Amino acid sequence: MADRARNEPESIDLEAMLRRALKPVDPPEDLAARLDETLTSLTDLVAEELEAWELAAIGDPRRWVDGLARPAVAAAVGGAAGAALVALRVHQGRGRRKARANDPLDYAEQTVRAVADEARKLLDR
Amino acid sequence: MDKATLDREFSDLYRAHLKDVYSYAYYRVGNHHDAEDLTEQTFLQAYRHFERAVAESDGRPLRPWLIRIAHNLAANLYRDRSRKPQTPIDDTQHLRTVHTTEDLVEGRDELARILEGVQQLPDDRREALIMRFALGMDNREIARAMGRTDGATKVLIHRAIKQLEQIVQTQGAAA
Repeated sequence: MADRARNEPESIDLEAMLRRALKPVDPPEDLAARLDETLTSLTDLVAEELEAWELAAIGDPRRWVDGLARPAVAAAVGGAAGAALVALRVHQGRGRRKARANDPLDYAEQTVRAVADEARKLLDR
Repeated sequence: MDKATLDREFSDLYRAHLKDVYSYAYYRVGNHHDAEDLTEQTFLQAYRHFERAVAESDGRPLRPWLIRIAHNLAANLYRDRSRKPQTPIDDTQHLRTVHTTEDLVEGRDELARILEGVQQLPDDRREALIMRFALGMDNREIARAMGRTDGATKVLIHRAIKQLEQIVQTQGAAA
């Protein structure tokens, strides 16, 4: 009897162990703060991206963005929700743009394009 | 529903379920970096389609909808990369960051075996267990998140637990 018990697989409360092993994971504080800021107040990112746009527009805006882009962006970011979406999506692409950019001006140019593209997508919805 | 109300409701949804989405993402992709990206993308997608989701939800909870978005985005991520998760959950790191010292004293090896076993399950079984045990979702919620019937989900979870049991016992016998 004792031998049989020793040879049987160890009995475990698997569900209880799964609850312990798969504990909910707290998101990093900076993620929570970033998302919270972006999805609720939404203002800092918009200002940042628009500032980059203004810097780029000091040169020749037609070189980077077609004539319709600026009104399109202005209309799309007019509402808080639209601004949030444009800003969030543009912000998410910042790593890719920085990696692709040759210099700060190139980065600004790419940011302008990204803002215009995202604004157009909003208007197309 | 006006835009301000909609935004307020989305904000409530986000606060209520950020941890759920992040937990799902973490156990799905296996590392914090991709989990952060996946969580951000999930809420972005959710924000875009929130109004329609509210209209179509008929008052039902929106957590399964959120998790389904995360599930689809994770599937796209792997399809784009043409491979499975780059980094299976690092058991040591995971145990250190997610579990308390008391947990670890009580059964670090057992927890590591369970996590390793979960990683060996087929994708759908692993996901069902993550939703059940990490997020505490019931069968109906899991069914909605996975696009299955309640019955099929019950069977899926039962089989997942049975298979995991076998894996863990095999590991225990080999140890």
